[in-house]
Amino acid sequence: MTDLHVVALVSVGAHPTSGRPRRAEQDARAVELGLRLAGEQLQVVHAGDVADEALRAYLGMGLPRLTVLEQPPRADALPALVEHLANSPAQLVLTGSQAETGEGSGMLPYLLAERLGWPLVVGLADIESVENGQALVLQALPRGQRRRLRVRLPFLASVDNGAPAARQSAFGPARRGQLQAQESAPAVDPLLSVATLQPARLRPKRLKVVSAGSAAERMRAATRKATGGGGQTLEGVSPQAAAEAIFNVLLDEGVLR
Amino acid sequence: MSDIIRRDPRAEWIARNRLHPLHAAMQKSDTRWMGPNGLIRKNPHALAAGFVGPSGLKRIDRSGAEQGGGQKRSAPETAVRLPLHLVEQPSHLVAVVPDMVGGRLGSHDRDVFGLARQLAGATGAVLAVVFGQLREDAFDTAGADRLLILEGDAYDGYCPEQRLLALRAVESGFAPRHWLLPDSRSGGGELGRRLAASLGERPATRVWQMRDGFCSSRAGAGREDLVQPTPRLVLASAECAEPVSDTRHEARQVELPAPVISHLPRMEDLGAVAVDPSQIPLAEAEFILSGGNGITDWNLFHRAAAILGATEGASRVAVDDGHMPRARQVGATGTWVTARVYLAVGISGAIQHLQGIGACEKVIAVNLDPGCDMLKRADLAVVGDSAAILQALIERVAAHRQGGRRDAA
Ligand SMILES: Cc1cc2nc3c(=O)[nH]c(=O)nc-3n(C[C@H](O)[C@H](O)[C@H](O)COP(=O)(O)OP(=O)(O)OC[C@H]3O[C@@H](n4cnc5c(N)ncnc54)[C@H](O)[C@@H]3O)c2cc1C
Ligand SMILES: Nc1ncnc2c1ncn2[C@@H]1O[C@H](COP(=O)(O)O)[C@@H](O)[C@H]1O
Repeated sequence: MTDLHVVALVSVGAHPTSGRPRRAEQDARAVELGLRLAGEQLQVVHAGDVADEALRAYLGMGLPRLTVLEQPPRADALPALVEHLANSPAQLVLTGSQAETGEGSGMLPYLLAERLGWPLVVGLADIESVENGQALVLQALPRGQRRRLRVRLPFLASVDNGAPAARQSAFGPARRGQLQAQESAPAVDPLLSVATLQPARLRPKRLKVVSAGSAAERMRAATRKATGGGGQTLEGVSPQAAAEAIFNVLLDEGVLR
Repeated sequence: MSDIIRRDPRAEWIARNRLHPLHAAMQKSDTRWMGPNGLIRKNPHALAAGFVGPSGLKRIDRSGAEQGGGQKRSAPETAVRLPLHLVEQPSHLVAVVPDMVGGRLGSHDRDVFGLARQLAGATGAVLAVVFGQLREDAFDTAGADRLLILEGDAYDGYCPEQRLLALRAVESGFAPRHWLLPDSRSGGGELGRRLAASLGERPATRVWQMRDGFCSSRAGAGREDLVQPTPRLVLASAECAEPVSDTRHEARQVELPAPVISHLPRMEDLGAVAVDPSQIPLAEAEFILSGGNGITDWNLFHRAAAILGATEGASRVAVDDGHMPRARQVGATGTWVTARVYLAVGISGAIQHLQGIGACEKVIAVNLDPGCDMLKRADLAVVGDSAAILQALIERVAAHRQGGRRDAA
């Protein structure tokens, strides 16, 4: 796996409560996965401002350098990244699934895959092996489940919170690493001319609407104890009978594999 | 229930109020009946739309005297049949691709259908596009006017590329004005984004509100909202709109005009992987075996969890006493769990603990004290000693596994 050419795409994150710039959580996981696969050979690319101090947090994970495709603020990162990747020998591109600043639509990996004509694996949890131009990967599903996929190289993969947690960022390597700027043609994002970004409004909580017909039914529904189990009770039975009853419920629910 | 005939003023009022959603359901079905003073009365609406009375005038009786009140009110009210919303010649289509987790419509799916109904308005139709085997027959009450079922082996398992081809065929065959998908991790979020990239449409993602032609979506890490004119493709969050609740829809089946081409998938699904349940984060686990102060033999507890394939949880007392790590604590100051099945052994059910399991569907409790709160919360409550029951459960499951192996052999 040593000669695998891996690229991780990173964006600048924002702390969810304070809004302070930081490394983006998911992008850091992408870098972590890349470091496990390719070690120091990992290429990390950002499209944006080379003077952004938050980028140093990625360098602190043990990267010697990070490539920055220079773009003005609020520009569209896609064209610059497409051009960079099309002209690089990259075989595997890792991204986060959703940026923490800007629109954060999570569209970038999909558009990139479409433009490059590569397959895209979403929710990557791990890469098990890369052999003969094919990779065996694990995909994270809801409820901690995993699925195994076989994909041809080159491909794109986005990671979410199912991927291994990122290592800490150390101060020394963060200072020593280099941010290498590269010229790229600026691209304007047409969305911002029609859309407005505003501070998030609290979403209204949905009230539990009881659409029962009569007032009596609505009253009963409103005053019912929330934790009223109304279940079945077994008392004074043998442990074997109790175990049998529990076993049957587990089997019915399909949680015993 | 006595047989006294009672008037139902509310039903009469609904029957008079033509704007009420239940108006149609409250209309009498018979068209002629004997009036209070012996005259035969007719319902002109039911007889014919353009009914002309004997004096040459169109007659409508709005008094309500003969409507609504006629039926005898009986205690267990039969389910009201919601009025049917018919769209013969839709002016436009709104396509919805629900997640259908486990082959059924989830609450997120229903919310998206509610949003689609808003976009369709009175003259448009909602087209539901579903893949694979159906285990759901409630598309009519969910709000689907048209139903397109895409069946076949090609849609089994994980096949986003094949599904995308099918959606592209829907796009060229029906040209819907809007595409709506749930922005969820169980499929919709991925399929919607693939569709957007493939059609070259810029979607609105994580949409939580739609109003006056504008939609609000959460942006970034959730600290900002992006407000934009509603685009063609919308990926909507849960609770983006109220689900359809007061109309019934046709769910008329339609066919694709042209068959879906298929090509070799670039990603091959090799199936689910067995996961070690102890590695699953507690908040996500599907099946939790949780122990409290009533556990006398912790080795037995761990063995039970291993053989059941359950993720381990604990009450605070068990954690404080050092039997379990802090990360395994369930409750107000621990983890709020969402397990489908929660098996609580030797836990008294303090409010701080019950808070943490509020979202669990099925709770099974084992406790010595028949009056404790955990047994009251449980769907199956067992009064008995934890050690004996865990031991018996281990034996029962082991016998089941043995039996299964013998059957397979
Ligand atoms: C601020 C605050 C926050 C808290 N947060 C949490 C929290 O997040 N999570 C949490 O769990 N607790 C929390 N607690 C603690 C909570 O109030 C209870 O003290 C705790 O949940 C009780 O744990 P328990 O049920 O294991 O123990 P106990 O209350 O001691 O209950 C033991 C139960 O086991 C039964 N039993 C005994 N022997 C056997 C046997 N052989 N077989 C079967 N049953 C047997 C007993 O009948 C009893 O019902 C919090 C408390 C405070 C004040
Ligand atoms: N300016 C950027 N430079 C490099 N990668 C980016 C940039 N913006 C977004 N990405 C990557 O694309 C993913 C999804 O971003 P988005 O589509 O903006 O939500 C992020 O997690 C990053 O990995």
